[in-house]
Amino acid sequence: MDMNDHQVHIDEHRDDEGAKTGMWIFIFTELLLFGGLFIAYSVYRYLNPLAFHLAAEELDTTLGTINTVILLVSSMTIAMSISAMQYKNKKLTLIFMTITLLLALAFMVNKYFEWSGKISHGIYPGSMTLQEASRGELLFFGLYYAMTGLHALHIVIGMAFIGYVMHLVIKNEVQHDNFAILENSGLYWHLVDLIWIFLFPLFYLIT
Amino acid sequence: MSETVNQHTEVSYLEYKGRFKGLFAWIFSTDHKRIGLLYLYSMLVLFSVAALLGLAMKIELIAPGKTIMDAQTYNSFFTLHGITMIFLIVVPGLPAVFGNFFLPIMIGAKDVAFPKLNLLSWWIYIIGAFIALSAQFLGDGAPDTGWTFYAPYSFRTGTNMLPAVTGAFVLGFSSIATGINFIVTVHRMRAPGMTWMKMPLFPWALYGTSWIQVLATPIVGVTLLMIVLERTMQIGFFDPALGGDPILYQHLFWIYSHPAVYIMILPAMGVISEIIPTFARKTIFGYKAIVVSTLAIAFVGYFVWGHHMFTSGMSGTALYTFSILTFFVAIPSAIKIFNWVATLHKASIDIQTPFLWALCFLFVFMVGGLSGMVLGALSTNVHLHDTAFVVAHFHFIVFGGTGYAFFGAIHYWYPKMFGKMYDKSWANIGLAIFFTGFNTLYLPMFYLGMTGMPRRYYDYVDEFHGPNIVSSLGALLMISGLIIIITNLVRSAKYGAPAEADPWQGKTLEWTVASPPSLENFEKIPTVTKHPYGYE
Repeated sequence: MDMNDHQVHIDEHRDDEGAKTGMWIFIFTELLLFGGLFIAYSVYRYLNPLAFHLAAEELDTTLGTINTVILLVSSMTIAMSISAMQYKNKKLTLIFMTITLLLALAFMVNKYFEWSGKISHGIYPGSMTLQEASRGELLFFGLYYAMTGLHALHIVIGMAFIGYVMHLVIKNEVQHDNFAILENSGLYWHLVDLIWIFLFPLFYLIT
Repeated sequence: MSETVNQHTEVSYLEYKGRFKGLFAWIFSTDHKRIGLLYLYSMLVLFSVAALLGLAMKIELIAPGKTIMDAQTYNSFFTLHGITMIFLIVVPGLPAVFGNFFLPIMIGAKDVAFPKLNLLSWWIYIIGAFIALSAQFLGDGAPDTGWTFYAPYSFRTGTNMLPAVTGAFVLGFSSIATGINFIVTVHRMRAPGMTWMKMPLFPWALYGTSWIQVLATPIVGVTLLMIVLERTMQIGFFDPALGGDPILYQHLFWIYSHPAVYIMILPAMGVISEIIPTFARKTIFGYKAIVVSTLAIAFVGYFVWGHHMFTSGMSGTALYTFSILTFFVAIPSAIKIFNWVATLHKASIDIQTPFLWALCFLFVFMVGGLSGMVLGALSTNVHLHDTAFVVAHFHFIVFGGTGYAFFGAIHYWYPKMFGKMYDKSWANIGLAIFFTGFNTLYLPMFYLGMTGMPRRYYDYVDEFHGPNIVSSLGALLMISGLIIIITNLVRSAKYGAPAEADPWQGKTLEWTVASPPSLENFEKIPTVTKHPYGYE
């Protein structure tokens, strides 16, 4: 969402409230995008309760918990960067944004080890192991890769967004009286966090 | 009437010189009016191609057996015709062209809320169009699933499905971006004094449409994404062999694609609600009822998707519920019809081309709507499912509804958009031929469907020959009408007489600015005090 749309020919038009409204609606569309996958998950879990139970035990709850903590803390740090901006502390803003990015990176590293662990055990879509597995297990792992994969993609997009806003902060284009885009990047990051809050129990905890 | 008209004190948006020159002055312009025209030109090209594909199919059906193409070609033709018409023309059509051009002007704003995002939407649209159409030329042959991409065929077929599905997925982003843009524009940028109940009905319709775009498109987005993952990575969402359920695909697809029908028709209703009071010289009858029914359609439209699946296998309760909800959604549409007709009652009507389009719209929309009730009833649906009747109904609603409103809109706003007036008698002749051809083409298909002719076959038994000949000749007539209409419009952009600021004596804000409007639409943002259709 570009909040500072001004062009060569049109008077500068700035509407922070409008920019945030746009972001909220966009977040809603993201929830619906995942909603389709959540529907598929509920339907198939309802049809294959036992297989989903068995398959979920394959997942590493510890890694999942660590990643949950990482994301929750990163949500806090991005919120703190906004507060720091309101207190006109540019340096602190940038520090908190950097911490957020590092935490996001840690999440991705964790995810990498988790996925490669699964793949080395022969659990991935189209693998020989899964072709012999039951219908429900097949669906569970299909959904697992699709949903956590789509979520990971959102992490990457969120990192790019926060990185871009950091660039604007460094150039002083985002300041204490003009930080709607920073708030929007924070909103987006909370969304990414929120989706994980639902993915984590659905795949790791409910066994 | 013209006390507020500001005559050409500023250079128009067509002549304005910005940072870029030539083509770049258009494809990099963030001016909502230029973006509207970019969409118009893109769609004109795509529409011509898709209409010719439709004509080729009707020529194929003029006689039983192979006439001009084999079965596989026919399958890919109706697929490409459907994908192009639905995803590239009818769904984005009215909002992207006329919404972009007129929404800001009609609510007294200088542009939409996010002009750069608006330009980005067009670029995504073009990229999506190229990806979708590349399916025709790359790889293992053109897609042959129909525009609905039904599972499991859509990932079993050897044809080149991936680009078609990916293209439709990408186009969803363009639709969502436009929707967000319009919602924020309506909320934040109405002129001082323009309360919600003083907003003209076309912006109201766009507002309702935008909410559907925003709330429904992500569902089809993720569904198409699942098809992509299923084809590339063998994740079995919908393939029974991999554990999935093909019926779930149909549910997810129609959760979007039925509301999408209202994305197509709501702005069309908005256009008709503008044209009718202008030429009736009368305040629209039941302004609030139209507003409320717009929102009601947008809302109830979400809960009727199951009526596409009456023969797919659902519980009895689900069948009854979807059927009764389908009947409910017809009520707000009927309310609008009554409002339009009541507006015409005792009006001093000025019969001009846009008004004739609106009248034709009323006729075809009623035929389409009532035949929709036939399909929404459970018992008749089982008989008519997947027959030519469905095709006839669909074209009466989508082509008859949205298409007529589109042509009505372009004849209504043409003088404002281009500052020129088209040749009215040629426009009327074109409409007469088009309307005759349209009915000759689609009415026999109702009969064919009822007597049992299935859709999507390139061949049929001899019993169906007679009505098919009539229908195919109707297609030729309709295309000739289209050629006259489009030629007249294209020619008039150059040779037409200069248009006045308010050629139709309209009362909404777009008629208070010059034709064509200046770059910023308004020198001074107007203050609105009156109802939009203030005829006395």
